[in-house]
Amino acid sequence: MSAIHTLTMPKWGLSMQEGKVNGWLKGTGDAIAVGDEILEVESEKIAGAVEAPVAGVLRRQLAAEGDVLPVGGLLGVVAGADVPDAEIDAAVEAFQANFVPPTGDEEESGPAPERIEIDGRRIRFLKRGEGGTPLILVHGFGGDLNNWLFNHEALASERTVYALDLPGHGESAKEVGNGSLETLASTVLGLMDAQGVEVAHLAGHSMGGAVCLKVADMAPQRVASLVLICSAGLGSEINGAYIDGFVTAQDRRALKPLLAQLFADSSLVTRQLVDDMLKYKRLEGVGEALATVAAANFAQGRQRESLAQVPAALGKPVLAIWGQADQIIPAAHAPAAAGAIRVEVLAGQGHMVQMEAANEVNRLIDHFLG
Amino acid sequence: MARKISYQQAISEAMDQEMARDQTVIVMGEDVAGGAGTPGEEDAWGGVLGVTKGLFHKYPGRVIDTPISESGYVGAAVGAACNGLRPVAELMFIDFMGVCFDQIFNQAAKFRYMFGGKAETPVVIRAMYGAGFAAAAQHSQCLYNIFTHIPGLKVVVPSNPYDAKGLLIQSIRDNDPVIFLEHKVLYTMEGEVPEESYAIPFGEANVLREGDDVTIVAFGRMVNFAMEAAGNLQKKGIHCDVIDPRTTSPLDEDTILESVEKTGRLVVVDESHPRCSMASDIAGLVAQKAFGALKAPIEQVTAPHVPVPFSDSLEVLYVPSVARIEAAVTRVKEYS
Repeated sequence: MSAIHTLTMPKWGLSMQEGKVNGWLKGTGDAIAVGDEILEVESEKIAGAVEAPVAGVLRRQLAAEGDVLPVGGLLGVVAGADVPDAEIDAAVEAFQANFVPPTGDEEESGPAPERIEIDGRRIRFLKRGEGGTPLILVHGFGGDLNNWLFNHEALASERTVYALDLPGHGESAKEVGNGSLETLASTVLGLMDAQGVEVAHLAGHSMGGAVCLKVADMAPQRVASLVLICSAGLGSEINGAYIDGFVTAQDRRALKPLLAQLFADSSLVTRQLVDDMLKYKRLEGVGEALATVAAANFAQGRQRESLAQVPAALGKPVLAIWGQADQIIPAAHAPAAAGAIRVEVLAGQGHMVQMEAANEVNRLIDHFLG
Repeated sequence: MARKISYQQAISEAMDQEMARDQTVIVMGEDVAGGAGTPGEEDAWGGVLGVTKGLFHKYPGRVIDTPISESGYVGAAVGAACNGLRPVAELMFIDFMGVCFDQIFNQAAKFRYMFGGKAETPVVIRAMYGAGFAAAAQHSQCLYNIFTHIPGLKVVVPSNPYDAKGLLIQSIRDNDPVIFLEHKVLYTMEGEVPEESYAIPFGEANVLREGDDVTIVAFGRMVNFAMEAAGNLQKKGIHCDVIDPRTTSPLDEDTILESVEKTGRLVVVDESHPRCSMASDIAGLVAQKAFGALKAPIEQVTAPHVPVPFSDSLEVLYVPSVARIEAAVTRVKEYS
């Protein structure tokens, strides 16, 4: 039997209630392969593509460009070319008759972040998935675990995946000690200890990549493999104007152009993204934490510590993923540890490549981890 | 960590955290403890609507019930501020400002200027304002515009719990007199508020929604009406910027002007009476500084030039409504 598959409004992150259809990338009647991007959807926070979960033909587009649908709402139908129209219409009718949009005030069904004490600091982390060798996701400077919004769940289908807020970031404690990579790496090891994880795959973005390299340097036996995304630690250049600007920016007008540098497509910097970042920056202690971490690691627009030799010494698989148009850390750093690293440079992508090209990055990581 | 709390709890938490952080912060006003000096002290009510509940026992000697004499205790708060304390004085209803206005506009607002910049007056005067409780003409007015007129005062009108906490913390830390106005209908509004302390700078508007067709500037409770209207209008294909200036003094002119330069159309929503209001102030600002961008006349959605009626059916008609905002936006959109 040729199944009928519904495409529904995805839920990107705990707060997403509805999404807007930005445009269709496939037309009615187009043949669809698994993983094809079918349409683009925009949430309050970010825009992204909805991928085909199955192969078939796009038989119906049920939402028009500009339509706003609740999470779970019907976007379109993919089915075999041989499925009669009447069956598809019946499936659409049945879906719409049974669909209850989320009310927004019901309890979130997804996993909630947890908090533990590591090195005397309250640290927030989110655990998804079960089994396998766990993967730990480490965000970059000024980021938090939500930087993995489009990756966390996708990667957790095969294994346990943790994402944490580093000290000074997200909803973790804002005290960062000396702010060094070693301090931050100790937090990652502390999370592994607390969760009984002996060995883990580590994936880090930007400064988080340098933190992962530092963990591999401090405790190589705890690391199964490394994924370094637009990573620090592999060269000395870094966009010092961005770092300094981010530390000092106090309002929307100052912050928005800086955040635009993170993406190849600056229209991804939504009002909500800027607002969330300002809310974080206003919290007591954040300004000092960011200044301390920046001074410890990126003073005068240079990366203080090179860990380019770590991959070779580690002797474990290492994958580097870079956005070719990265304006923060040059993609030229990727081959710095040539020989020891597999390098994937994604054309037309910026520093937040794991958000901008989430599907591609997820596939690369999944394939790399096996 | 952010969790959902009410506007009222957010205000209470801001005072609590600032009192814990800074010994010089004190709270004073009519019934802010509630029953001080009587057997009722044990379960002190904490203000007429319970906003200061719990502070009296937590900070002994720093929550002061005052006589029913606004001119007396507001003057005392201003004097204490000049002498090193950071008083948060509560004027129960903004409508009572008449009896202590000299202390505010002739004293507190003038000290820095008249003493050659040497005097600081870090006093906060909190007050409830606004219609919606059928509290009649003397307990329902929306008078932020009067304080906005006075140089030397900063005027804050939070529209949601997150802003209420961050702006009150900023108000308490500010070294100038701040008029902090709480819309009584918003007290039960819930929203995500971080447990941690944070301050929102003055003069920085919040852009709650972005759209290319019409700019809506709204204040206090009206921000929520404007958001509801903008949501309805989007379904009809009209996309609005919704701007909440958060403080009427200082005013974030740039955000308003940049928005109107993009949309060419402005609707200002203000619960005050129309004459000499924030609505007319912003209309004047835009007419002068963004005239070339305008594609349609500016619309002002305000209360009428009459006292707030006691009858609740009339009061509903008095307050600007979502429907009136939608109609005004539609008019300016259809004009050109």
